[in-house]
Amino acid sequence: MGSLSIWRLTLVVFYIVVLIHGSSAAYGNGKTPTTSSPGQPSNPVHTFPAPKKEYLPVFQMNYPRIQIPFEITLWILLASLAKIGFHVYHKITVWVPECCLLITIGLIVGGIMYSVHEESPAVLTTDVFFLYLLPPIVLDAGYFMPTRLFFENCGTVLWFSVVGTLWNSIGIGISLFGICQIEAFGIQDINLQENLLFGTIISTVDPVAVLAVFEEVNINEQLYIVVFGESLYNDAITVALYSLFKYISQMDQVDSIDIFLGTADFFVVGFGGIMFGLLFGFVAAFTTRFTANTRELEPVFVFMYSYLAYLIAELFSLSSIMAIVTCALTMKYYVEENVSQRSCTTIRHFLKMWSSVSETLIFFFLGVTTVTSKHEWNWAYIGFTLIFCIVWRGLGVLVLAQIINNFRTIPFTFKDQFSMAYGGLRGAICFSLAFLLPNTFPRRNLFTTAAIAVIIFTVFIQGITIRPLIDYLNVRRTNRKLMTINVEIHSRAMEHTIAGIEDLCGQWSHYYWKDKFKKINDRFLRKVLIKDNRPQSSIVSLYKKLELQNALVLLDSNGGISGAPSLTSLQEQKPTKPETFLPEEVWSMQELLSKNMYKIHERTLTYTRHSLPNEIRTKEILLRRHSTIRKSMRKAGTWQTPAAAKYYSLPPTVQNLQPRLRLRKSSLTGDDDGDDDIASEINFPPARPRLQLRAKEPRRALQPPRNKLETVNEVRTDSRRTPMVDYENRGGSAMSENSKGRGTGTKRALTPMRQFGLFNEQGLKNKEKEDQMEMEEFRYTPAANRREEAREEASDSETTHPLLNRPMHQYKP
Amino acid sequence: MGAFHSRPDENDIRHLAEKTGFSVEQVEILHRRFKQLSRDEDTLQREHLYGIPDLERNPIRTQIVAAFFDKRNFDKDSPQGTVQEIGFEQFLTVMSHFRPLKLRMTEEQREQLRLEKLQFLFNMYDLDNDGKISLEEYRHVVYELLSQNPQIGNESAAIADAAMLEAARICMGQMEPDQVYEGITFQDFLKMWTGIDIETKMHVRFLKMDNTTLCK
Repeated sequence: MGSLSIWRLTLVVFYIVVLIHGSSAAYGNGKTPTTSSPGQPSNPVHTFPAPKKEYLPVFQMNYPRIQIPFEITLWILLASLAKIGFHVYHKITVWVPECCLLITIGLIVGGIMYSVHEESPAVLTTDVFFLYLLPPIVLDAGYFMPTRLFFENCGTVLWFSVVGTLWNSIGIGISLFGICQIEAFGIQDINLQENLLFGTIISTVDPVAVLAVFEEVNINEQLYIVVFGESLYNDAITVALYSLFKYISQMDQVDSIDIFLGTADFFVVGFGGIMFGLLFGFVAAFTTRFTANTRELEPVFVFMYSYLAYLIAELFSLSSIMAIVTCALTMKYYVEENVSQRSCTTIRHFLKMWSSVSETLIFFFLGVTTVTSKHEWNWAYIGFTLIFCIVWRGLGVLVLAQIINNFRTIPFTFKDQFSMAYGGLRGAICFSLAFLLPNTFPRRNLFTTAAIAVIIFTVFIQGITIRPLIDYLNVRRTNRKLMTINVEIHSRAMEHTIAGIEDLCGQWSHYYWKDKFKKINDRFLRKVLIKDNRPQSSIVSLYKKLELQNALVLLDSNGGISGAPSLTSLQEQKPTKPETFLPEEVWSMQELLSKNMYKIHERTLTYTRHSLPNEIRTKEILLRRHSTIRKSMRKAGTWQTPAAAKYYSLPPTVQNLQPRLRLRKSSLTGDDDGDDDIASEINFPPARPRLQLRAKEPRRALQPPRNKLETVNEVRTDSRRTPMVDYENRGGSAMSENSKGRGTGTKRALTPMRQFGLFNEQGLKNKEKEDQMEMEEFRYTPAANRREEAREEASDSETTHPLLNRPMHQYKP
Repeated sequence: MGAFHSRPDENDIRHLAEKTGFSVEQVEILHRRFKQLSRDEDTLQREHLYGIPDLERNPIRTQIVAAFFDKRNFDKDSPQGTVQEIGFEQFLTVMSHFRPLKLRMTEEQREQLRLEKLQFLFNMYDLDNDGKISLEEYRHVVYELLSQNPQIGNESAAIADAAMLEAARICMGQMEPDQVYEGITFQDFLKMWTGIDIETKMHVRFLKMDNTTLCK
């Protein structure tokens, strides 16, 4: 399978290369002296001999006009296709980091290009890199930085990134300068400044591959955040140092005043960037406060404001990376509360998409450039670069960890330190910085070659071995992704306890500052920046998330959200049944018909440029409903019906569904009485026997299987899958895999009502029949229940669900 | 038990430091704090702790204060009931549950520490000391945790119930139809914390420097 896809890819690659080659040859031949500007379509330049003026050209090709975007598109496509290619075969990506594969593909493409004498694309220039390729990568990292963890370990992260980078740059630079003094190597012309510049370039670590491994093996949080934060801030510092050294290396003479100014510049650049980032972060948050009516534009603000921060910082030659990262960090919290759930998902996906495209392209170019560009190979220089990189990194981590351990409550063990040092892979940014050295720079080729050699060595050797090493060393791990209400409650309680104990014994530490910040935040920032200012505890938000999950899982397993009240609602609503159908109902019936019958042609969805289509979700629900019905039809007559279905086939006389129904109604009409209903439902007298209490709220009682909880909390690695796809993918195998050792398989996880004796015997006996009935009912009576569903979906355009107990008026446009 | 007189001597401090795992300086600092809180008395009472202004905003301060007077947390001989006032040693013993990890620790020590910390937390929930967190107790804690936002007062019970169900699912797996989950036992509690390294989280950084004068 793997080899097949690689073959296919190679074919595609070859085809594209031939295409580009042929077309650019045509471009070269037919080129007129004045190159056409893309903005003037009225004056086309013909690639073929121009027809006579008096005739209307029937067919013409205008390749030069589209050349640049066309080639960029092809490159992106090619790189992305390559990525798909090796994700088809899972076993590769488990053991070999993605960037290795990308570089390999790049090497292959480069080889082909080399053999047909194609020049490497001129896409990667300084401006392109700094203005288009770099921002998505850092924005993504900044946005997905686990804020809380970061601030808890802020000092260590900054210590390692700032001091560590300086240490590495200067250490490597100076020792390489020492090597250059040895006559036998023939590299005496490289002076100190150039060596320092190279040291800076080569000390940018880019541990994407390592982070992916860390995340997969659930490494302990401290280590994770330090490596993550280091990679981020280290970029900022390297870029600042890079421009500084680039400037210095082009000077003839360096005075001490220059060094002083350089140091001052370093700080100004860093703090200036942070200031702009903060400014734009708050502006972005403030803007999203008013976007309730233009939901479709919400993601734009996030991207544009952060990009603006980046550009403005660049304008003042401040650290643009610092600016964009700070901007993302600042706005994330507020923006995610202001924007709709969907926009939030969109923002996340776009960030992931852009960053992975940039990174893919850079690695790809690395591969291509390795083959196609001119190299200057110097064994001594390259060999010593590699050695110094490893030695200085190891030493740096060791020394810095010893120092910082005195200030940390949880010190880094030697295993941690080793993983940190070993995780110092070089990557995209290192390559780009080396590649972007000006052509006039002496020994540029040597530097590029050395950088490529180090990258390939670290990415291939360290990247592939780090996983087995971590396993072997048994580095302390933690289960970061565990998300249950219990854990959330317990850890909140624990935090409060700790804060209380700190107050009690009169000690200050980060809980104190956290408390202070929270106060300021609640008192001022939230009031200004957040539209619907209601302080929310994380327990409540987690609970709501889980409820939503819950609802979706029920939907998935039972095939319909109105499954439970359907029986009751049939009886309840029959008298008031309207004669005419609602439009949504008609639509859903049409949809039903079109889905179940042979598809002749697709219906066109109504399209407006200015609003998001609302049908998708309804459609999805229906789709899933059909699939589950089909499934249960197959299973009918066996005991293997989905557990949740059993619950929903409770006899309609069960009283506890009444309040729920009322709640649903009230949330549909959107009146405020909903709150009272909720209250009446929840505030049951505590004196009652527990069994009854349980029976009181079966719906919220039903918890989704544990592994589903992770999908709401979109984590870094999850980027490739959309949450919706996730629900679909939920297979028994994946579940048992994830929940190993917990003993919660599908069946078990979904049967809490049994535990509470909710499920009466009669129901058990009639189970089969009822299932059958339910299906029949669905197929032949699209009456009240479906109308309710349609109405619900219509009123439910945001991801709010009646189960969430939120008053609907919030969401009215 | 050794309620100290106004100034503990070297030996006592060393003895206490050994017993609780604090350093001598930390014991001294905590002793000063103890004196400050107890207004120079030898024993500490609930009122003293309630009087700390910083603690006032803490939603679960009742539980925190109660933990100090709970015999389960410091009296190994008769872990039952509560006391009205505690001496410095008890104060220190309760505090010692919040010691951070040491760099070099064997797995058993780590596990032991983890158990101690979790037991302490468990005791904070289990008010009636029957070895089970019942639904009422759970609700009470959740209610207090969320008591700072008035809007969600009603929801807290629902959340506690959901959490309880979740606990039942995690701990009991499949249950018989007539079986009732009575409460979270300590074993269940441990089960829920599996995979979360509380020993690295539940700690206070006891400073070596004295800043008690800065606090009220």
